[in-house]
Amino acid sequence: MSTTNSRFKTSLLGAATAVALSAASIANAADTIKVGILHSLSGTMAISETTLKDTMLMLIEEQNKKGGLLGKQLEPVVVDPASNWPLFAEKARELLSQHKVAAIFGNWTSVSRKSVLPVVEELNGLLFYPVQYEGEESSKNVFYTGAAPNQQAIPAVDYLMNEIGVKRWVLAGTDYVYPRTTNKILEAYLKAKGVGDKDIMINYTPFGHSDWQSIVSEIKKFGSTGVKTAVVSTINGDANVPFYKELGNQGLSAEDIPVVAFSVGEEELSGIDTKPLVGHLAAWNYFMSVDAEPNSEFISAWKSFIKNDKRVTNDPMEAHYIGFNMWVKAVEKAGTTDSDAVQEAIIGVAVPNLTGGLSAMMPNHHITKPVLIGEIQDDGQFVVVWQTSGLVAGDAWSDYLPGSKDIISDWRAPLSCGNYNVKTAKCSGQNYE
Amino acid sequence: MSVFNPLKQDRGGQIFLAVLLLAMVLVPAFNLMLPEASPFHVSTYTVTLLGKYLAFALLAVAVDLAWGYLGILSLGHGAFFALGGYAMGMYLMRQIGERGVYGNPLLPDFMVFLNWDSLPWFWYGFDMFWFALLMVMLAPGLLAFVFGWFAFRSRVTGVYLSIITQALTYALMLAFFRNEMGFGGNNGLTDFKDIIGFNLQEDGTRIALFVATALMLGLGYIACRAIVVSRLGRVAVAIRDAEDRTRFVGYRVEYVKLAIFTFSAVLAGIAGALYVPQVGIINPGEFSPLNSIEIVIWVAVGGRATLYGAAAGAIMVNYGKSYFTAALPEVWLFALGALFVLVTLFLPKGVIGLLNRKRVET
Amino acid sequence: MIRFFQWMLLISLIVTSSLVNAVAANQDDTLEIAVALLQSKSFNEKVKAIEVLETNGGEQAKILLNALLDNRVFYIKKDKRLVVGGSQDKEYSVSDALTGEALGTLHRGQLQKITLNNKMRRQIRSALAVMNLRNPDAEKRLAAVNQMLDRPEEEQAQLLEPLLAQERNDRVRDAMQIVIALSNLSSDKPEQRMNAVTALEGNIHPAVRNGLSRLQRETRDPAAVKKIAQVLETIDHKLRLYSLLENLFFGLSLGSVLVLAAIGLAITFGVMGVINMAHGELIMIGAYTTYVIQLLMPEHIGVSVLIAIPAAFIVSGAVGIAIERGVIRFLYGRSLETLLATFGISLILQQTVRSIFSPLNRSVETPAWMSGSWEINSALSLTLNRLYIIAFALLVFAMLYLVLKKTSLGLQVRAVSQNRSMARAMGVRSQWVDAMTFGLGSGIAGVAGVALSQLTNVGPNLGQSYIIDSFMVVVFGGVGNLWGTLVSGLSLGVANKFLEPWSGAVLAKILVLVFIILFIQKRPRGLFPQKGRAAEG
Repeated sequence: MSTTNSRFKTSLLGAATAVALSAASIANAADTIKVGILHSLSGTMAISETTLKDTMLMLIEEQNKKGGLLGKQLEPVVVDPASNWPLFAEKARELLSQHKVAAIFGNWTSVSRKSVLPVVEELNGLLFYPVQYEGEESSKNVFYTGAAPNQQAIPAVDYLMNEIGVKRWVLAGTDYVYPRTTNKILEAYLKAKGVGDKDIMINYTPFGHSDWQSIVSEIKKFGSTGVKTAVVSTINGDANVPFYKELGNQGLSAEDIPVVAFSVGEEELSGIDTKPLVGHLAAWNYFMSVDAEPNSEFISAWKSFIKNDKRVTNDPMEAHYIGFNMWVKAVEKAGTTDSDAVQEAIIGVAVPNLTGGLSAMMPNHHITKPVLIGEIQDDGQFVVVWQTSGLVAGDAWSDYLPGSKDIISDWRAPLSCGNYNVKTAKCSGQNYE
Repeated sequence: MSVFNPLKQDRGGQIFLAVLLLAMVLVPAFNLMLPEASPFHVSTYTVTLLGKYLAFALLAVAVDLAWGYLGILSLGHGAFFALGGYAMGMYLMRQIGERGVYGNPLLPDFMVFLNWDSLPWFWYGFDMFWFALLMVMLAPGLLAFVFGWFAFRSRVTGVYLSIITQALTYALMLAFFRNEMGFGGNNGLTDFKDIIGFNLQEDGTRIALFVATALMLGLGYIACRAIVVSRLGRVAVAIRDAEDRTRFVGYRVEYVKLAIFTFSAVLAGIAGALYVPQVGIINPGEFSPLNSIEIVIWVAVGGRATLYGAAAGAIMVNYGKSYFTAALPEVWLFALGALFVLVTLFLPKGVIGLLNRKRVET
Repeated sequence: MIRFFQWMLLISLIVTSSLVNAVAANQDDTLEIAVALLQSKSFNEKVKAIEVLETNGGEQAKILLNALLDNRVFYIKKDKRLVVGGSQDKEYSVSDALTGEALGTLHRGQLQKITLNNKMRRQIRSALAVMNLRNPDAEKRLAAVNQMLDRPEEEQAQLLEPLLAQERNDRVRDAMQIVIALSNLSSDKPEQRMNAVTALEGNIHPAVRNGLSRLQRETRDPAAVKKIAQVLETIDHKLRLYSLLENLFFGLSLGSVLVLAAIGLAITFGVMGVINMAHGELIMIGAYTTYVIQLLMPEHIGVSVLIAIPAAFIVSGAVGIAIERGVIRFLYGRSLETLLATFGISLILQQTVRSIFSPLNRSVETPAWMSGSWEINSALSLTLNRLYIIAFALLVFAMLYLVLKKTSLGLQVRAVSQNRSMARAMGVRSQWVDAMTFGLGSGIAGVAGVALSQLTNVGPNLGQSYIIDSFMVVVFGGVGNLWGTLVSGLSLGVANKFLEPWSGAVLAKILVLVFIILFIQKRPRGLFPQKGRAAEG
């Protein structure tokens, strides 16, 4: 950049300095394939997302050791959306339009995904989303490698109902869209199975709720009718520790009222005194304790990458592992990183997951996964007590919700639609030219 | 022209407006006319980014009017900003119409999803742009008026006022997080399609929004400057410096405060309305008390009681944020924190104060 | 079916002693079978192992069951020998599961733990309860009977009836009678049923209430229905009273947390007029200090919390003094600007903690003496950690109050806060007093962090979640008044908890906030306004 050029910019004051940012990033291109990593490194979500950033860096490093992709090296571009939802959209735009990344791996919360979605669709990017979520979405540009509700919540309830004999249900969640949807689906599902209204208690609490005394006491009363009761918890992140502590202190053990959680994994447990949690359950598609060849390789690679023998692995990390390998395979298959070509090539691609099977990308941009139920042990690990006999394909639109049971998603020609209503034969909302 | 009378004595403001005007012309021109390969090309990404900064600048000007000239340190201006944003967001949601995920012509997706069968009363009218614009100003204005009416009459001042404005925005945040409120809960309002018939994803619309934001910033600045140099503004400064004396002299202090505070809230609401279509999402996080503190800090960094300083501060801090979160994600909070400490310690008049001092010395 | 046979077997074991000898010969065999089954990977096999151990009923089986429950049963990876581990550390002193013979110490890595699931834990507990019914220790017998009450199963009463005659301990007898009465509720004879109803009158155990409600639904006789309804009504009346008491306790406990979090602020903000936005981070530092102390002494978790209290006070206090000397002292008289600077400091402290301890939450263990609850009766039990924290909050308050009222430092602090220049004229080193006061307030924040580490996450965001509440408590109570902070914290806590069942957690919080906003309009200087000229400054 010439000096006259930059002098001109100072005259535009701070406003135009942003131009420099954009111009500088165009300079180096072409000799590498860029991969965007969009995970919060600061703010409230950093606690979960930092690990995923490191996972991606490790996967990219390993791929580069294997010779990169299409003869080029992969180059990670890390940005920090700082747990700020509008900033997620801005950073996604930066990754796609400034850095020209071939794919973005990122997001944790639903709201951040919703914020990024219009940007990714507008700029026709690729987003791999690694976290279990509420479903009710299928975008042309997003690949959902985490669990949909039918890959986590419904099998968990089946397990409790059939194996443990639970008849009374507490659905406790944080008040946002994932618990709301999951609980709605579960409520419809339970009612379809003949559970009455008086046997279902639904409770929502705000983010980071820390005073659980009243609610736990209510659960205790609800569960003392002599009928087997279980709590299905979609309580998010930080609120879990005080919740479990209160459960333990008020004397509710997993043997009396088990809690099955969808947001508590190995990483969350590593920050908790696990003694009061022993015996409580979690439903995931992966546990660190699963005895499988690819898993032990992944764990040792992770420990040596992060240079810490104590670090654990968890389900969203596996989702990134699967998503990244699928993308690599699809790019190889298409022979290009071009977004449209990869979108077409990736459907049907199957790669090994970490539990010893193969996961495949379905036409609705969700993947097939096994569902495992684990009991928490005192060392912060899970013991698998039950698992589905085969793989479960992710269902974007729940069959148990009145609004979405007629909607299907298929991104192959000729349908090419994420929400096709089979009754009205209309593709709603998404018009791509 | 009488509009420019208030600017006669205001050299900083003149420079500020000139730069703003230049940006308003050059940025669209460079975006539309130059090819992408040209080093002078301004990408649409940058245009939107600049638009966001300018919306923040307008918000900062609003805060500076209340803090710099009236002495009210509001830690709740984020609430007014967010209310304006929500009003605009509701309009944009209604514009989606049948293109929502569930294809419901009347209800936004999140309502279909919550099994609501009719539109809540407070969503009526938001399909009309003029009504939305009215609410953009009315909602924050009314809140500020009612809040101020109580607070100023019972002479809540200083730190107490700051803390209850903080309580106000905190309570609103908790309320908007609730899904039952009917504002989309934590996810807020998003996935907007178009505004008064123009596709929000098109470059032309983005540039128009940028220009509109710049224009509003300019007008907002001139209006604030006009207030400041008017009789009302001088009484405000008197209140800031010696409230009791002003009252004893015979001024109705609470009315002056109420008028300026409400105007400032309306301005914040407008800023929010301009912000939302450009970033594409509004959610309860905007009500977070930390956001409101940050706004105050933009003003402090730029230089309070100058108006243009506040605008400059907002742009500088946010540019720094954009830059650091990309370049040095791990250290940006250190940098931000250190900036706040250093500015309050060594630059009580902000960066603008530093520049002015230099000018006086030479 | 299998289960039924076991019960039969057990009952016969207990009743007919002659059989015992015959089985005793077999005990070693069954133990061997159980040991083999326990090493299986399938939980179904392990469940069978426990059933076998249960029928075995010998001393060694009991040891094994207890050890299983404590997660202390392993097999040696090398030779698949099942062992029971001793102390929980890297080195285990192990003994053979079959014979109880000591086998020396083995390293953690050489052992593979036998994992349990909930079903097994439940099964073990009820097996142990049955075994403990004949335990010489009355407390153990009582616990066993109570266990039966908590988890009613069919044939219990038959098991208890023969034992009741022999029982000498009154409490155990009472408990046994309740279990028997409870099972008599479903007796075939109406008379026996009604006797059971009378026997259960006034007992508020949930199992009793459930049994009575069931009987009420099934009974046809109007007189009996009336009697049951009356008994149920007295039970419900008691339950309502206890639930009111429980709610009050919840409120006080939430209030004491608020008081702890706010009381340091009452010093820095109330007495010194500094708006310290980094107050929350000082609490966070206290919590992290607890974590570090636990890391340093993993063997003595129980003591570590106690040591953490002075340690957190010193660490947070030192950070506080550094903040005061480094930043705040240049900003006296510009109180709104201290807000901005301290906000910057809070960002720096948060990020520092993230860099040192990682953004992940850290696990702080709750010592044994703080976990569990104090069970007053089956409807009302107060959690111990909350009880300790209420007591702790009052203690901190009392100490702070004494420091301010009775020591010369307190005198000087009050003097400086009331009239700085006059105090200086009297020879008070106002700068030194400022630093000490701020250090005191910060230290108290650190101490609050120790308490919070026992309730919630220890992570970089810990402080943020308490800062606004703390300010509300101080402002509501009246700035510069410690009593105000105490009263306001406790009353806000109680108000919150009484609103919560009616409105839900979020709305309760919003209502409390709106109430504070309105209250401040009415009384701008809080519940207990500072009087005199200093207040106008």
